[in-house]
Amino acid sequence: MARIIVVTSGKGGVGKTTTSASISTGLAQKGYKTAVIDFDVGLRNLDLIMNCERRVVYDFVNVIQGEATLNQALIRDKRVNNLFILPASQTRDKEALTHEGVEKVLNEMSETFDYLVCDSPAGIEHGALMSLYFADEAIVVTNPEVSSVRDSDRILGILQSKSRRAERGDEPVKEHLLLTRYNHERVERGEMLSIEDVNDILSIPLLGVIPESQAVLNASNQGAPVILDEDTEAGQAYEDAVARLLGEERELRFLDTQKKGFLKRMFGG
Amino acid sequence: MSFFDYFKTKKKTSASIAKERLQIIVAHERNTRDQPDYLPELQQELLEVIRRYVAIRDDQVQVQLDKNDSCSVLELNVTLPENEP
Repeated sequence: MARIIVVTSGKGGVGKTTTSASISTGLAQKGYKTAVIDFDVGLRNLDLIMNCERRVVYDFVNVIQGEATLNQALIRDKRVNNLFILPASQTRDKEALTHEGVEKVLNEMSETFDYLVCDSPAGIEHGALMSLYFADEAIVVTNPEVSSVRDSDRILGILQSKSRRAERGDEPVKEHLLLTRYNHERVERGEMLSIEDVNDILSIPLLGVIPESQAVLNASNQGAPVILDEDTEAGQAYEDAVARLLGEERELRFLDTQKKGFLKRMFGG
Repeated sequence: MSFFDYFKTKKKTSASIAKERLQIIVAHERNTRDQPDYLPELQQELLEVIRRYVAIRDDQVQVQLDKNDSCSVLELNVTLPENEP
């Protein structure tokens, strides 16, 4: 039985696909057989981030409609063992992700995989609802910024009322907050919501804080999940997040102010 | 905190303004989130029924649903105009 994890946020551009790529890669590196599934029908991008855009032959919708088998559609990652990508369809209608179809595919994958990471599209429409409906756990990706926090709260409400676990009255979806594009210096200057601020509002357990970093764009430029960039803070912060997801206790890192010179300490900045 | 920060703490930081605004809007949206979808329509229809007898404005009818563990209470609050019998 696979554990189904949805990566969601409501708001677009906060780092869902970046997070899906890195979390799934991290789980696979730890030896778990993992698939990352793109639910963004019509606007697929996970394939680009995972550097397999030229290897897509069949997609999620083809499998749902019986035009391809799961094995034909799954793309094996070339860098990490145990990691597979199921791309979204670029041409079909969003409604092609039927409830029964998604359930059938997830059930089939559950038999052989340990983790299924569902990359949600932005918004709260059909694709987003389908990606979270079957989830056991949710990683809510949030930027320390008003519209992102508000949308995350909205998504939490939907997880608590419209997921399968909620409808069945099962144990609720396990929620995790992942703060991304965090800039500690701006927080210190009072220009950005702090971890505590976001926590006070959303009050769900913190999975990790990914510092705003040039490494993220660098990674997506090259189609390599940033977690593979082990020398960077963002990569290490994702590695920490994966460890916490698996139940390990890890201290938050990269939140100390950089060593400042004497003048800077005197005059601020 | 640097030495000169003591002179510039009077003004609220933009982050604290953001937090206050978020706390208010999120609390408001959580209240409406738990309400069933039919509530606005119910309020509208109740308003029409009452209007057959008394002339009231839209904001003079408040419908609210409070949930407890075992039951839900539908609270209906109608403010009637003063000069009516």
